[in-house]
Amino acid sequence: MFRRLHEGATPLPFTFEGEAVEGREGDSVAAALLALGHDATRETGVSGAPRGPYCMMGVCFDCLVMIDGVGNRQACLVPLRAGMEVRRQRGRRKAGA
Amino acid sequence: MKRLSDVASLREGYDLAIIGAGPAGMAAAATAGGRGLSVLLLDENPGLGGQVHRGVEASPLAAVPALANVPGAGRALAQAAARAEVEFLPGATVWHLDAARRIGVSAGGAARMVVARRVIIATGALERPMPIPGWTLPGVMSVGAAQTLLKAQGLVPEGRVVMAGSGPLLWLYAAQLVAAGHPPALLLDTTPRANWRAALPHLWDFLRSPYAAKGAGLLARVRRGVRVVSGVASLAIRAAPGGLEVAWPGGTARADRVLLHQGVVPQTNLAQAAGCELAWDKAQACFVPRTDGWGETNLPGIAIAGDTAGIAGAEAAEASGHVAALAALHALGALDGAARDAAAAPHQAARARWRRGRAFLDALYLPAPGFRVAPDEAIACRCEEVTGAALREAVRLGATGPNQAKAFLRCGMGPCQGRMCMLTVVETIVAARGVAPGTIKPLRIRPPVKPVTLAEIAAMDSTEAERAAVEGR
Ligand SMILES: Cc1cc2nc3c(=O)[nH]c(=O)nc-3n(C[C@H](O)[C@H](O)[C@H](O)COP(=O)(O)OP(=O)(O)OC[C@H]3O[C@@H](n4cnc5c(N)ncnc54)[C@H](O)[C@@H]3O)c2cc1C
Ligand code: FES
Repeated sequence: MFRRLHEGATPLPFTFEGEAVEGREGDSVAAALLALGHDATRETGVSGAPRGPYCMMGVCFDCLVMIDGVGNRQACLVPLRAGMEVRRQRGRRKAGA
Repeated sequence: MKRLSDVASLREGYDLAIIGAGPAGMAAAATAGGRGLSVLLLDENPGLGGQVHRGVEASPLAAVPALANVPGAGRALAQAAARAEVEFLPGATVWHLDAARRIGVSAGGAARMVVARRVIIATGALERPMPIPGWTLPGVMSVGAAQTLLKAQGLVPEGRVVMAGSGPLLWLYAAQLVAAGHPPALLLDTTPRANWRAALPHLWDFLRSPYAAKGAGLLARVRRGVRVVSGVASLAIRAAPGGLEVAWPGGTARADRVLLHQGVVPQTNLAQAAGCELAWDKAQACFVPRTDGWGETNLPGIAIAGDTAGIAGAEAAEASGHVAALAALHALGALDGAARDAAAAPHQAARARWRRGRAFLDALYLPAPGFRVAPDEAIACRCEEVTGAALREAVRLGATGPNQAKAFLRCGMGPCQGRMCMLTVVETIVAARGVAPGTIKPLRIRPPVKPVTLAEIAAMDSTEAERAAVEGR
């Protein structure tokens, strides 16, 4: 888990795997998921192994999730918005999906 | 600074485009703005700052007294950039750059091509991969990743945190955790003891550089509050009931989170895709683009500033951003040679001052070969899950470098386009072949350097040039 040193920011409701959860204004999607205790946010296409955000700067692509039905989104780069529907990405990314 | 909100508000052409809004890009923008030229600044982050000053414009740490100095350090530069007469598109990923200085950029789900008369690449650095067994397990992340969460969101890891590796950033983040009142449980220092011998000849220059005072305080603060094990020669991480277990020769430790780091290396993929020449830098054990004192590359009109041109740190990056912008102003006819030289002199002096201490840090913190080459059971390419054993098998079958390994094993073909694995793949192959890294070619990088969706491309009112760029022709 990650803990917030400062609780000032506005709460933002969103869903992860269909469950209603909350992040904060200023979170990336990955930061919000890590603050909620979700270290595993995708399954790899080759072996199905669980993975989670590793670099938090757009390099490793281990943070790929589905956001509002669109796959391959880099959770560490996408700012969290209220109402987002976020899901784990399972398997190989599909071109253009 | 005019903040743009989408690619539709971009012009078709600019006099100068600056890619990356870290210290180098912000300094370049501050210097280039207000000279009657059109200047565009692009960054995939939501604001100014880059890695070192991440979140400087709206950091939650400003409200945390023990860490308020962290965003404070970059504020003056961010304000100078924000005052500059330039256009800034945040949240913009650059996925294409070519020798004709066409820039493919996407933001908010839409893509666009723009052309610039001059380009300054200021895409910074990334952390050197640390391919140890278990580094792909959930709960393991890089120190830089954890520090990004601290700077941008004010998040600190809870539970038993084990940090492992080497380099200034490892100690800096450990000191920041100590200051925050959440010290790590254990720090495993992998700095090879033998490195001291190579570093000593550079000690005098280091002591005279501004790095010395910064560094000594850091190490002392961490050692006071954290258990440190030095001289760790190998590491492995396993999933254990309820968490992770870290093992090294002589010990094991349970961990809720493991944070790895062994230095930073230039992020060269965009420069490579454009056709900039790279050379192997032995001291930093990585590929570095060839640039001259002004940041100019082998490609006319394309310059590189900051850590992308070789790791020299935030202050040197800032200085080199000013220098590259002055060179661009001169080339664009906005500044005569004498004015350029006079304005550049103090920045060149600052850059030299900060570079002076680097040789010591490079030599001391060069990771041991055992941490740069993937062991058999460790994953080298995270995207395609290629192990050290698979790479050595590919060498046995005739792969001589990363381009052949890619054909054999797909490593470098995943979404990260080799950004994470290239150095590991190169060093693993040269170790297996018994040749020097400088003798083999880096991975060929073709645009798009970051995945672009079909929807983004379809939404682009594409000219033939744009289609050619997207297809990598
Ligand atoms: C994770 C991390 C944390 C670090 N923390 C510190 C620290 O606390 N203190 C310190 O002294 N040094 C730190 N460093 C070292 C750092 O490299 C330098 O200090 C400094 O940030 C270099 O400045 P720069 O302007 O060259 O690049 P950066 O500050 O890295 O800025 C580069 C910018 O380019 C953007 N960019 C890159 N590629 C693209 C693209 N394709 N499209 C659009 N935008 C792009 C990035 O989003 C980034 O904002 C850190 C490095 C890393 C990798
Ligand atoms: S965590 Fe590495 S790309 Fe997002």
